[in-house]
Amino acid sequence: MSKTPGNPKVSSLNDLLAVAYQIEIDAVERYNELADQMETHNNPELVKVFRDLARAEGIHGEEIRRLAGDFDVVNHALQIARFRKSESPEEAELDSAHYMMTPWHALQLSLAGEKRALAYFTSIVETAKDPKVKAMAAELVEEEAEHVNLVNRLLRRYPEPSNSWAEDMDPPVSQE
Amino acid sequence: MSNVGTSLARKPADYKSDVKPIWCPGCGDYHVLMSFTRAFAQLGLPPEKIVVVSGIGCSSRIPAYTNCYGFHGVHGRSLALAAGLKVTRPDLTVVVASGDGDGYSIGGNHFLHACRRNIDMTYVVMDNHIYGMTKGQPSPTTEPEFDTALAPGGTGVRPFHPLVVALASGANFIARCFSGEPNETADVLAEAIKHPGFSFIEILSPCVTFRPDEKAWKDQVRPAPVAATNDQGKAARRLMTDDGFNIGILYRGNRKPFQPAVAANDIDLSVLEKDFEL
Repeated sequence: MSKTPGNPKVSSLNDLLAVAYQIEIDAVERYNELADQMETHNNPELVKVFRDLARAEGIHGEEIRRLAGDFDVVNHALQIARFRKSESPEEAELDSAHYMMTPWHALQLSLAGEKRALAYFTSIVETAKDPKVKAMAAELVEEEAEHVNLVNRLLRRYPEPSNSWAEDMDPPVSQE
Repeated sequence: MSNVGTSLARKPADYKSDVKPIWCPGCGDYHVLMSFTRAFAQLGLPPEKIVVVSGIGCSSRIPAYTNCYGFHGVHGRSLALAAGLKVTRPDLTVVVASGDGDGYSIGGNHFLHACRRNIDMTYVVMDNHIYGMTKGQPSPTTEPEFDTALAPGGTGVRPFHPLVVALASGANFIARCFSGEPNETADVLAEAIKHPGFSFIEILSPCVTFRPDEKAWKDQVRPAPVAATNDQGKAARRLMTDDGFNIGILYRGNRKPFQPAVAANDIDLSVLEKDFEL
């Protein structure tokens, strides 16, 4: 599945804020979903990582909602912020999950999401006609670039695991 | 489908239950669940007007993960249950979930006759070409050369082609989707629900545990090069060259759905008894 950003139409500042808000909310939902999966499969370290990531994205979403002031960004997002031919840019790819994944893998998913969001807002800066939209999109690009740096810093704490990270002493093998 | 458009303000999350799925992380069925809730929200269906019916298998766990009415039935019998439900309660939107083992093997005969009867319901088969829940036995759609401990060297048996069978048996709407494209799958599912009669959707949904090779599906699937047709002959010709990875709606038929003239609830049992008197 292509993770190329989809096509919600952004023609006003309110549209942009709604899309930006929805991107964060979609990410919150996805990280919580992954945390739930890890809880079910008894990988508590990853539960914490995904919940922390969800919390961080939730804070970003709230910031955007505040930035929108009196405008009902939540409802507007429901109307316009639907990504086609792809999922929302910051959503971690569900099919990359594994029950034995490590924090390094989780952060790789997060890094890929932040980079997709960065690319998405960059494309808006490049194509927007309205100067207000362009300026706000540029701010969002800066934000996302900072998030990319943050995840890269976090990755220094979690080195890449060895090739045997998925080795399970009691694997779910086919019946003999 | 009478419940469509009842409310437009519903969100996908409104259709999720508090029960957390226990599928393997990475399983395609997570995406299918997402497509279900997105399609229901898109159609604005009230959860209490939807029934998700299933049989047995990983895919058949799906009713528990929605907050619609659900019936987790016996192996392979989901369509029989759903048919009974729909003819007695035509006001409900009935969506049936199954897998390639449950739906094409144990429930294979029900599949044929559900297509033939053309009752207004939607049948979703999450096809991963393996029995996942019971640890990796070959299913009717497993490739003949797929080598497992249970079928050394492969089964050597020609796989079942669900779309061909559905078309030949009379399904009124036929499509194939890929789980990794949840928005597109939700759109097709919404169309299937709206389409009168028996709608069949095969969703390719990788089993990451027993078929890790299926991760490659996301690079193999492609939009079907032609639009949907209402001509069975054309649809059949397209299937002759189908390699199993064309995604989209294949067939939209015009056949009238089967619905008994009198709903079962309104039948006077004494009248029925008289009919059976010797």
